[in-house]
Amino acid sequence: MKEAVHIGGPASAGPDLQELLGLVARGDQDAFSQVYDTVGGAVLGLVRTVLRDPAQSEEVAQEVLLEVWKSAARYRPSRGSAMTWILTLAHRRAVDRVRSAQAATHRERRAALLERTPAYDEVTEQVEARLEREQVRRCLRGLTELQRQSVTLAYYRGLAYREVAELLSVPLGTVKTRLRDGLIRLRDCLGVSV
Amino acid sequence: MNTGDLHLLTGAYVLHALSPEEHAEFERHLPGCPSCSQEVRELAATAGRLASAVAVTPPAALKLQVMARISAERQEPPQIPRQSRRGGSRAGRALSRFALAASVAAAAAFGGVALWQHQEARDARDVAERAQTRAEELAGVLAAPDATVTSGRLTDGATGTVVVSRGRDEAAFLVSGLPEPPAGKVYQLWFADGDVMRPAGLMDPSDSTSAMLMDGPVDGASGMGITVEPAGGSAQPTSEPLALMKLPV
Ligand SMILES: [Zn+2]
Repeated sequence: MKEAVHIGGPASAGPDLQELLGLVARGDQDAFSQVYDTVGGAVLGLVRTVLRDPAQSEEVAQEVLLEVWKSAARYRPSRGSAMTWILTLAHRRAVDRVRSAQAATHRERRAALLERTPAYDEVTEQVEARLEREQVRRCLRGLTELQRQSVTLAYYRGLAYREVAELLSVPLGTVKTRLRDGLIRLRDCLGVSV
Repeated sequence: MNTGDLHLLTGAYVLHALSPEEHAEFERHLPGCPSCSQEVRELAATAGRLASAVAVTPPAALKLQVMARISAERQEPPQIPRQSRRGGSRAGRALSRFALAASVAAAAAFGGVALWQHQEARDARDVAERAQTRAEELAGVLAAPDATVTSGRLTDGATGTVVVSRGRDEAAFLVSGLPEPPAGKVYQLWFADGDVMRPAGLMDPSDSTSAMLMDGPVDGASGMGITVEPAGGSAQPTSEPLALMKLPV
């Protein structure tokens, strides 16, 4: 059964934020101040969830917000909402940071990942505990175990799908499709439409 | 990779879970595939909901710092060409008063601003008045028409920002992500006059994210620094600086 629910956030922040970004692109600092108020909490929360180190998270969040300021002119409404654009930037930056910080060599990285194996359940739990919005939590519970683990490890931990496959001991192709059908199920449950 | 496989990559793509090569390959596929484009828009918005679900309340000083930094940051050209690009110059643009008032009010409410006079206050009212004055002075520096902004990386990923108004002869220091100093130690700020370091105030050890007015006139200072010192501070630095920043002239 599909259930459409609406939460405050990206969906409701749509047109205003888009307008503000247009002003920001022209150098309007007051508009940027409002953009910050709208997105700052989600940007920092996401970055902190991926990086988990508070000091590094604030630094990366600042980089993300500076990038919003600098490249607001690049935002294209046809590709999605302004909130989605900003959170995509934030996730990209957090993931880049976590990957560059991780092991210098593939071998070390692999070893580090395997070491983390026993902890992944706990990690997934911890992330879920922090979810503030009931709907998202409920919709995550509506996924299969493998979908939920794949999506949360990739999104909240910044793992590449190859790493997810390794960690969960499932074939690469399976993870690829679980990431897709997991997100599709979430989309339908959350009633996301663009 | 054949095209049939590429259509399946939408999820991994929006989650930034592809290898750089696959990411690039998928981005070449995307413009020519309306169904993938639509799915990517939807799934990226869905991922955004996962981000909103973990939103936090950012420390107030983070906004102060971001607002200070954008005023020194050159923007990519907007779609509509401007007559003059002077506003985008390297440093030296002041924050707009509105943005500043909003962020200073936020920081004051959070209580982290300007409470770091290191001498003892006689009573609470004195402290409050002094804090008020310091907050106003801090706001004055940040909003000064000649304010210049310099940012640098401290140790442990902390970021420091110095805002200097030569006209007012005052400077403010903003920091986020600073770890707590070791027990019995404080962070001390310094003005550097050439090789000579001059004390410029102590930071509240309980705040990792804060904004403060630096003590004393800027004068001819060419730089500033931050060190870890014994509680109460030192007359001269007794440890290697965590950071040294050049001040704009
Ligand atoms: Zn396609």
